[in-house]
Amino acid sequence: MIEILQKAAAQNGLVTAFAAVGLVMLLSMQISKHLTMGRVHGSAIAIVIGLVLAYWGGISTGGHKGLADLSLFGGIGLMGGAMLRDFAIVATAFEVQATEARKAGMVGVVALLLGTVLPFVVGASVAWSMGYSDAVSMTTIGAGAVTYIVGPVTGAAIGASSDVMALSIATGLVKAIMVMIGTPIAAKFLGLKTPRSAMVFGGLAGTVSGVSAGLAATDRKLVPYGALVATFHTGLGCLMGPSILYFAVKALVG
Amino acid sequence: MIIYGTALLAVCHLLGIFLGDLLGHALGVKTNVGGVGIAMLLLIFARLYMAKKDILPKLTELGVEYWGAMYIPVVVAMAAQQDVVAALRGGPVALLSALGAVALCACVIAVINRTEHRPATVEPAPVLHDNPLLLDVE
Repeated sequence: MIEILQKAAAQNGLVTAFAAVGLVMLLSMQISKHLTMGRVHGSAIAIVIGLVLAYWGGISTGGHKGLADLSLFGGIGLMGGAMLRDFAIVATAFEVQATEARKAGMVGVVALLLGTVLPFVVGASVAWSMGYSDAVSMTTIGAGAVTYIVGPVTGAAIGASSDVMALSIATGLVKAIMVMIGTPIAAKFLGLKTPRSAMVFGGLAGTVSGVSAGLAATDRKLVPYGALVATFHTGLGCLMGPSILYFAVKALVG
Repeated sequence: MIIYGTALLAVCHLLGIFLGDLLGHALGVKTNVGGVGIAMLLLIFARLYMAKKDILPKLTELGVEYWGAMYIPVVVAMAAQQDVVAALRGGPVALLSALGAVALCACVIAVINRTEHRPATVEPAPVLHDNPLLLDVE
């Protein structure tokens, strides 16, 4: 019986994922309503549950894809993978009011630039103070503080060692998770209310996964505005990391 | 037909990714530059154009809006497949650089967003979307 059920679930991975995520959402909405009296957004609770499940999946399988490494939940990998994630993000653009987005064009670009340079400087400085004082390691870890994709792309381009690359990816992952969980908590401090503020947030906080989850947990209506800017983040980082930023670090530490 | 909307979304998505790859290639980076952002812009323009020409029936819209409404569940699935174990194993370097970056950026976001001019008269809140499938998340 159990085996047949497991086989059915594993063979219909994506459908199983819809059911599993639906269950998580239902649970989160109930927790939000009854345990926190609506103070904590249901989506925020769902994302935290997702991260906990990812941790559990990682511990029990030793893999790198969280819950998706369990064969029963392989469909989670497809449902939350880059393809459907980007598909859903693009779909949110349908709700964008062009006039609202245009108002924030310039400030979005400024935020995007600051959002690349500032994390890089912090990451590279921490790396330096922790003994990673060569230009390649500093640049790779600094790039990881931009996003966890910029880190390894930059590291590969300038020839970083694999342990530094792993550190760089870890930095980006920690940042993404902090943004996911921290955004709804800090929403008031960040002034996240208007489309313009969401675009500033998207540019500065970077990491599409962090921004998209953070905004989803704060106010779903702001998602498209933040995502519109944030999706340029990785590209800009990959552009600046192995070039301007690497040269700047090299000029500083030799 | 509802598939028209989903197909429109798919075409914008693919075209955006394609243009992003081209842009990355032209700039000499091995990655996609803003493909999803370009796709979003394409979809915004397509919607404005089709609405003006009056060739955007409600059913076509629903084909896009369904996926917009599926956004949060997809993000939950994305969270469930993060490499949380590796992130926690990164140790103090990863933790400190991430924390520093997030804290600094949060302060800059707060400063920039406080400069936003708020109109003296209270405006009615702008309608940010008209996706009927989103009513339950408000």
